[in-house]
Amino acid sequence: MSVALVKERYTSKVGEVVLGATSEQGGTRTSTVSVGGDSTLPFLHFEGQMQNRPVIAMEVNDTVPEWNEAIKSQFGDVLGNPGAWAKKCVDEFGADLIYLKLNGADPEGVNRSPEDCTRIVKEVLAAVGVPLIVVGCDDDEKNNEIMAAIAEAATGENLLLGLAEQDNYKSIAAAAMVHKHTLIARSPLDINICKQLNILINEMGLPLSKIVIDPMIGGLGFGIEYAYSIMERARLGALANDKMLSMPMICTVGYESNRCKEANASAEEFPGWGDLKDRGVLWEAMTASAMLQVGASILVMRNPAAVRLVQKNIADLMNK
Amino acid sequence: MALTGLEIYKQLPKKNCGECGVPTCLAFAMALASGKAALDTCPHVTAAAREALDSASAPPIKAIKFGNGSVMGDENVLFRHDKTFYHPTTLLIRVSDALSDDELSQKLEEIKGLEFDRVGLHYSLDGVAVVNESGDAARFEKVAGIVAANTEKSLLLLSSDPTALKAALVPLASRKPLIGEATEENYEAIVNLAKENSVPVIIKAEGLDALNDLVVKAQALDYKEFVLDAGSRNPVETLANLTQFRRLSIKKKFRPFGYPVIAYTSKTEPLDEIMEASVYVSKYASAVVINTSAKAHVLPLMTLRQNLYTDPQKPIQVEPVLHSVGDVNENSPFYITTNFSLTYYSVEGEVEASKIPSYILPIDTDGTSVLTAYAAGKFEPEKIVDAMNKSGIADKITNKTVIIPGYVAVISGKLAELSGFKVVVGPRESSGILSFTKTL
Repeated sequence: MSVALVKERYTSKVGEVVLGATSEQGGTRTSTVSVGGDSTLPFLHFEGQMQNRPVIAMEVNDTVPEWNEAIKSQFGDVLGNPGAWAKKCVDEFGADLIYLKLNGADPEGVNRSPEDCTRIVKEVLAAVGVPLIVVGCDDDEKNNEIMAAIAEAATGENLLLGLAEQDNYKSIAAAAMVHKHTLIARSPLDINICKQLNILINEMGLPLSKIVIDPMIGGLGFGIEYAYSIMERARLGALANDKMLSMPMICTVGYESNRCKEANASAEEFPGWGDLKDRGVLWEAMTASAMLQVGASILVMRNPAAVRLVQKNIADLMNK
Repeated sequence: MALTGLEIYKQLPKKNCGECGVPTCLAFAMALASGKAALDTCPHVTAAAREALDSASAPPIKAIKFGNGSVMGDENVLFRHDKTFYHPTTLLIRVSDALSDDELSQKLEEIKGLEFDRVGLHYSLDGVAVVNESGDAARFEKVAGIVAANTEKSLLLLSSDPTALKAALVPLASRKPLIGEATEENYEAIVNLAKENSVPVIIKAEGLDALNDLVVKAQALDYKEFVLDAGSRNPVETLANLTQFRRLSIKKKFRPFGYPVIAYTSKTEPLDEIMEASVYVSKYASAVVINTSAKAHVLPLMTLRQNLYTDPQKPIQVEPVLHSVGDVNENSPFYITTNFSLTYYSVEGEVEASKIPSYILPIDTDGTSVLTAYAAGKFEPEKIVDAMNKSGIADKITNKTVIIPGYVAVISGKLAELSGFKVVVGPRESSGILSFTKTL
């Protein structure tokens, strides 16, 4: 006897956002990346369309990062050179996007000038053909300065700029709007703030199709369940036609998972946890896997070995 | 989903005899609906009504217990934010009876090591799946015996040959293993074997339709201790099936699928396999059988499972007593934070990374984070001083300095006054602790 499958009828879908711009579109990218557009819960092909495969943005920093050796050693000698680093991510590791984090802008660190930051963005744009995500450092004021300069210098590139936050969104939203970029709206694991921020940005005049949600996540073992449930709720909200929750979501998987002790502690320190190499790779890859199951569209990742695993996992799940 | 009082009332005799102790049948129905009365107190209820009411009040997914305390099923929601998930995915490591004796003892040794401690929690592997791949009933029986002798964990005995399964099961019946697989070809023999030995059994067919037919036939053998397997062995199809099992049982109360479900990984590379298993742990598998037993592979999977099966309404807490990190002395920095596990362990991790031996005192804030606790009046100076006094910190450090989270800088004055300690305002986020310690 045939079983009547339960297929949900959703009234809406996740909004589709296009990142990057080709020369015809006023940019210099060799191709664009579309995210979102899905009309089902993740990977349930029997009830709707997974319009666009989830993509992986690999993290590139403008300073040599303090990551563990197991990750750094996979990059060879490019870590001091953002352009070469980005190129390696795309050519060798198959990154769909580059996530350029300008830690060096921090006044307490290298304190790069806006011009210097802009030069680095240009270098990375020149080195790769994929769309670029650009975020600043930990200093709000400085970020507003550099993002205004970067947005202007890269007019028409349709960068994904970050981060707009509840108490600091106006300047970056204006820069994105004027210079035709897309914006990351970040809220601290809170669905109400997430909606509120999207409303505020939208009211300034940035269309919803130019916003990507960063719900902030926790790494595996450190609060991933909060992100898991908030993202699941947001996804259900998007499908139920809540326009202010309908944007695709970006998750900083590499950053959060690699902050966890389990991704860094050696087997000598914690013999009970097994070898670091595979454990570290899985810590990041499994953080990504959990986020994929609740609707992540863009995974920001770090460890090339973890990227490979997640690429295969996505391919498996997109295989109808 | 429980029935309402009115739905129950329709099934009652409506005699209003009062013999149950409640004046009317309607009142009795209401009492039943709220769980304050038992159907047994009604002397007039018909057998048909009793069965209808019993099955309606049964959980949407039956709880199946086996082995050493393993419980599968008995879930009530599709999403953990709707309430919570109750019974964490049972993780079983696959052991083939085609292994040589040496390989077998090596594998069992590795399985013994699958006990983990992290963030104050202990994770244990649930069990071992002994799989008959040798085609030899005697070998299967022998390997099952060796595995059983070497682990106290739950056992799954897996063979499609009823003779082999019986040979392995009978000596181990007291361990109450899960057995399988009952298929279209052998289901009578295997379900009856399970019934005779009072153990749960896996019912397996290719696809949901065939499985539905087989479950109905198997139930006709008057046995209902089942675990289901729809036969899919790739991630996307298994995800679809697991989702349908959960939706049909919970949303439709589709009885043939009201049982726990088991999934098997298909990937041969261990890391790929763990990624595959993570999909099944996230989405509805009651049990997952994996091949790899390396600590570095199993720990991330068990961590994900633990995370997703926490109760969203009950944050995990650490004991609100003085903790020391490293080899503390009288000059050690002294931090306070909350007893919300994530907050505490984030702080502890950073303090540890500072390589400065330190004391940390988590204040009992009912497992809330610093800001939430402060907003709720659970992180007040009076309470902190009280906890400091109880901890005896004043006798342990000579610097008499307390470091508080940056978000509650506002309590510094009062805290200094009440405690007599010098109050230093630390960073807002634990991630700032490392650079903060450089200023100490």
